[in-house]
Amino acid sequence: MTSSFTPVLSPRDPASAHFRETVPATYPWSGFVKKGQVIRIIDSEGCQAVDTLFYSTADHTERYSAQDTVLAQGTPYIGPGSVLYSNRGQVMAELVADTCGQHDTSAGACSCESNTVRFGQHTRYMHACRENFLIAVSRHGMTKRDIVPNINFFMNVPFDSEGGLAIADGVSAPGAYVELVARMDLLCVISNCPQVNNPCNAFDPTPIEILVWEG
Amino acid sequence: MPRQTQAQIAANRARYLELKQAAQGAAPLVLPPPTARDAAPIADAAVLLREQVPGGWYWTGIIRRGQVLRILNSQGTPGVSLLAWNKADPSERFNHADTIKIQWTAALRKGRVLFSDMGRVLLSIVEDTSGRHDTVIGGSTPASVARLYGPDSGVRNARDNFILAAGKHGLGLADIPPCIGFFAPVSVQADGGFAWDAAGVVPGDFVDLRAEMDLIIALSNTPHPLAPAVEPLPIDLVIHQGAAPDADDLCRTATAEAVRGFDNTDRYLSA
Repeated sequence: MTSSFTPVLSPRDPASAHFRETVPATYPWSGFVKKGQVIRIIDSEGCQAVDTLFYSTADHTERYSAQDTVLAQGTPYIGPGSVLYSNRGQVMAELVADTCGQHDTSAGACSCESNTVRFGQHTRYMHACRENFLIAVSRHGMTKRDIVPNINFFMNVPFDSEGGLAIADGVSAPGAYVELVARMDLLCVISNCPQVNNPCNAFDPTPIEILVWEG
Repeated sequence: MPRQTQAQIAANRARYLELKQAAQGAAPLVLPPPTARDAAPIADAAVLLREQVPGGWYWTGIIRRGQVLRILNSQGTPGVSLLAWNKADPSERFNHADTIKIQWTAALRKGRVLFSDMGRVLLSIVEDTSGRHDTVIGGSTPASVARLYGPDSGVRNARDNFILAAGKHGLGLADIPPCIGFFAPVSVQADGGFAWDAAGVVPGDFVDLRAEMDLIIALSNTPHPLAPAVEPLPIDLVIHQGAAPDADDLCRTATAEAVRGFDNTDRYLSA
């Protein structure tokens, strides 16, 4: 939580990363992160939600599970040291660095369809994360069935004591990052969120950067 | 994509704050209190199916649009997990994240609805004596059962029950999303930790869920993973024909989001 958050910095040098790519605002990305490798996601300009899913490369039906993850750690919030679990109860990845401290496991990804319900029919033909996810998973032989509620890095969704939740203003500063070490061979699927109807991207989507290191 | 202009950002922010104020300010006030225990009798003539599900077991079946599934927690078992798929296209299914995000709350009760991943309503909570349900943590798993009951306990879990239930319809692991847990009084505390309120599990509570399209339903009668280690108890299901919704039907009109969700649902079903 923000009040008690201590950033955990990474010792890794960007110059030694074997993969480095900028994902333009509103675009999808997918890539492989082998067991032991480390992936860094940089919120280059700040307050940019990064919708993220993980699949086992050995079997895509094994994938990130929000409910296994929050059950295992006893809270819906994730931060340094958090462990991400699959729908088979296996450890997929662990957060080893985090300079933001506010990430969401509960609110999932925006879609054209849910946008119409949340914001009105006039938002039906606006780009959305699940459009990005569909394009990205289709490159790996998957379909809509394989898309589940995801992690939103750098997205601030606090619960109140009555169970209310809302997407609040982001707190990630320009250049904030998270790093995860893969605990199995992973396919990582990202939507650099295009939403402009709520504060998840400060109403103005911006680029992010992905780096991967050998472990 | 070109950057948003300051005018666009200001207009979108103002609209978001307006929606938030309407949803978190006014909407909860129009929702009624929990259903009284004796307030929703089911006429014998309306009953389509009665089924008792033993503790630990699952039930799966088809529920048609307009039919109502009553889940009666006769003996006070701590948690019943549920999933639902569109029978005509099971790639459309319950989405827990959309359900709580769209309605601005994880606290579902009478008057709220369960959304699919397609911006449509699958089920309406038309009666509810409990109001204590979990939309975040979900059902038990092999790992949670092993932690609570030890290895090789033989205690059944929701994840495997859902694989079995989905399998009976030709569906597999890829078709199983996060679920919802009824009669599971959990909350998020100020420090971010989950809490279980044992006093919130009361024998005799029920929920009535009205199908808003033809659905495949899977129910797992397995205790919530935050509940203490207890012997799961039977639940009673009553599927009955519901009355056609009135123009002022609570679930269809309680919030602007519900109105838009039913608009999407009605358009889809009329095509």
